[in-house]
Amino acid sequence: MKTDDPNINWVEEPKLGLAGRMYLPLLIGGLTTTARHTVSKKVTVSYPEQEPEIANKLIYRGVHRLNKDEQGRVKCVACFLCATACPAHCIDIIGVESPWPDREKYPESFVIDELRCIYCGMCEEACPVDAVELTSMYNLTGRSREEMIFDKEKLLSVYDATKDDEPMKSAEFGGTV
Amino acid sequence: MTVSNELNLPKPWIEGRFEENVITTTVEQAINWARQSSIWPMTFGLACCAIEMMAAGASRYDMDRFGAGAFRATPRQADLMIVAGTVTYKMASRVRRLYNLMPDPKFVIAMGACTVGGGPYFKWGYHVVKGVDLVVPVDVYVPGCPPRPEALLEGLMRIQDKIRGHKIHVQKGTNIKIPDELPLPHHSGYVDAPADQDPLLDHQKITG
Repeated sequence: MKTDDPNINWVEEPKLGLAGRMYLPLLIGGLTTTARHTVSKKVTVSYPEQEPEIANKLIYRGVHRLNKDEQGRVKCVACFLCATACPAHCIDIIGVESPWPDREKYPESFVIDELRCIYCGMCEEACPVDAVELTSMYNLTGRSREEMIFDKEKLLSVYDATKDDEPMKSAEFGGTV
Repeated sequence: MTVSNELNLPKPWIEGRFEENVITTTVEQAINWARQSSIWPMTFGLACCAIEMMAAGASRYDMDRFGAGAFRATPRQADLMIVAGTVTYKMASRVRRLYNLMPDPKFVIAMGACTVGGGPYFKWGYHVVKGVDLVVPVDVYVPGCPPRPEALLEGLMRIQDKIRGHKIHVQKGTNIKIPDELPLPHHSGYVDAPADQDPLLDHQKITG
């Protein structure tokens, strides 16, 4: 295509006045945006004082907990379904023969590596007895690897800390079971 | 100016001997205060966790409230390295090199499951470092996939706690340094368990 082709539509650069050449409309436009933001609603959440609202705590996926039954025993039956379902291989269970008559096995040790976990919630989907669940605790941090490996006692203490806020999940509460 | 001592009470060494608007402090507290309120992080987004890091730096969560919003593009000006994302073997030597370039005192936050322990790549990922603490010493681990911006701010506050507990003086008459204090976190996200282990482990102390 040549430059003198009749199909080419040449567009002339718009002629700017004195104000346009001094960038005045653009300056005023920019300052208007700034002024609008100074009087608009503040968006900053002052986090440590102001906690975020979690819409449905029952379906939020945060730190795990191990549920207890009515007698205060751990609900887990050491079936290893959660450890099998876990894509990050972060659950480590040692199952032994149960001292109670209502089940065959119970976990002697139930360890979740919170550092390796990706909080996908497949363990609680896999669990047949609703023993392992994810709470709405979202701001876990740790200084060492050791303190972030949650053993059975620590997971049960998470249950004690969150059981009032978040009852055990079931389908009518919007849970995943 | 003479200080009247009518009541014959023992006067404190320095407190209350100046006019108002003069604040006295210790050098240690002043240094720690200055350090903890200007932690400049290095932009180190390696994968999707960097999106949450950017969200923590943007106006809604606003890391500038903690003095940590000035993301530096060079390690020479940074105090804190937020390793956000999957660290591959090829990247590991670069991570170490950038860490070595940072001036002391320097701190590292490992953010996200891939960074702190390999995450979903732990078992079958042929290319992923199984935890960035194999490469650089990590001060605070922030798990999650990715963690919320609040969790990153929580990790930042724990770095500030660590700086605040730093001691610079030695015991009187000796050359033994007074050990750093590591306060328990004052915010949530910490699960207290009846563990009998000492929360102060050797590798958590500030060295150098």
